Amino acid sequence: MEEINYHHPHKVYVSVKAVFYPDGGFKPVSFIWEDGQEYEINKVTDIRRAASLKAGGAGIRYTCRVENREVYLFLEEDRWFMEKR
Amino acid sequence: MGDRVILHADLNNFYASVECLHRPEIRDKPVAVCGDPAARHGIVLAKNYPAKATGIKTGEVIWQARQKCPQLVVVPPNYSLYLRFGRMARSIYSSYTDQVEPFGLDEAWLDVSGSTHIFGDGIRIANQIRERIKSELGITASVGVSYNKIFAKLGSDMKKPDATTVISRDNFKQVVWPLPAGDLLYVGRATGHKLARRGISTIGDIAGTDPGYLRSFLGKWGEVLWSFANGHDSSAVVHQGEESLIKSVGNSITAPRDLETDEDVQMIFYVLSESVAARMREHGFKCRTVQIQIRDKDLFSFVAQGKFLRPAYVSTDLAEKAMELFRDNYSWSNPIRSVGVRGCDLVSADSHEQLSLFEDEARRIKQDKIEATVDVLRNRFGHFSIQRAVLLNDNDLRTINPKEDHIIHPVAFFKEGRLP
Repeated sequence: MEEINYHHPHKVYVSVKAVFYPDGGFKPVSFIWEDGQEYEINKVTDIRRAASLKAGGAGIRYTCRVENREVYLFLEEDRWFMEKR
Repeated sequence: MGDRVILHADLNNFYASVECLHRPEIRDKPVAVCGDPAARHGIVLAKNYPAKATGIKTGEVIWQARQKCPQLVVVPPNYSLYLRFGRMARSIYSSYTDQVEPFGLDEAWLDVSGSTHIFGDGIRIANQIRERIKSELGITASVGVSYNKIFAKLGSDMKKPDATTVISRDNFKQVVWPLPAGDLLYVGRATGHKLARRGISTIGDIAGTDPGYLRSFLGKWGEVLWSFANGHDSSAVVHQGEESLIKSVGNSITAPRDLETDEDVQMIFYVLSESVAARMREHGFKCRTVQIQIRDKDLFSFVAQGKFLRPAYVSTDLAEKAMELFRDNYSWSNPIRSVGVRGCDLVSADSHEQLSLFEDEARRIKQDKIEATVDVLRNRFGHFSIQRAVLLNDNDLRTINPKEDHIIHPVAFFKEGRLP
């Protein structure tokens, strides 16, 4: 089937670096925002399934502390996205 | 034993809601998900509330819908996305019970009788499910709570979107009986007319009519409907056994152009049989019965079925049987619009089988191997990497890829349409 691509200005797909643990599981440690800058994730405070009405999508939502701000990082199937303010 | 606690969850305007989630810019506009007009699937498959408000109906042709609402936003369907959301909803349901019976992609019955001591009563569970669907999937669901499947389904239809409706033994006469007879599951247009002609217009009327009288003009269904209307439905929510969920594997298609000859039909049978056979192999089934469904251009349709001497999952066998059934049952009074093939009476593919003295067993084994190889090729290189020569005759018809173009049929309420 032809893949339908959805474009939305508030949805930003990002590159993510992650650590994979030997006992399974993983944790995102940084991401590269659309301006090309890499941001370190200081802490992941919450992980749950969630939809993003703002960006338009659904997946596993990581609540992250980045530079003292709280941001959401979504894993949708095999792609990561974030919400643009 | 106490009453069962049955939930029926209905994802509101499912296709349209999923599209609106992914396209925030159209959320407040009237939206319809429509098939592809070029392939003659140009009808409204789903619509959102603003579109509904303009009177657009599911099943309407796009231009009719546009007449009612010129600013309608038409989007194409994205079945793989809907499948994903259907799966996510089902995984929410299965965290409350293992008895989940899907009815199409967007509806499901849940028997939560056994888990009320963990999660709270039916209403509580219904509300939790709605909340989770809203936050995890970004769409809404209506849930009906009752002591049988029929009333649970009626309940989920009563308040939309994002609402819980309870139909209990105490209130069903006030809540259900005033509803039009047509709201009851299995009262379609024909049955509705028969009832209306006899002055039976509400579900309460059905409940109050002598079941013997209903039987006199509706047959066995008369009594079934009577018991539905009175809340006597005791059919079970089917356990979510992995593969046991699958009772038949079928595929149907509206052809890109009307079919006019045996050869046309045969070509489609081959295409459909290949997809049905591949799916049966995928799930480890063989079928003992083949069913064909034919609909002509005036939308007259019929179903015919025939048995195999021994279970089969090779597409050639299916297609040949289908063709035999077709020749026996159709006289070409009209060109044909849509065709379906279905394998029923499934048995496990690795069960023992009786070999035949009068058939070439070596050839059979070869056939099996060929088809398995085709499966592998298609998985690696795509559906069109290998095709039957017979399909090269017609460019319109051979571009159909039924396995991936996915036409989804709701699972029958009763097994194979049989009465409970």
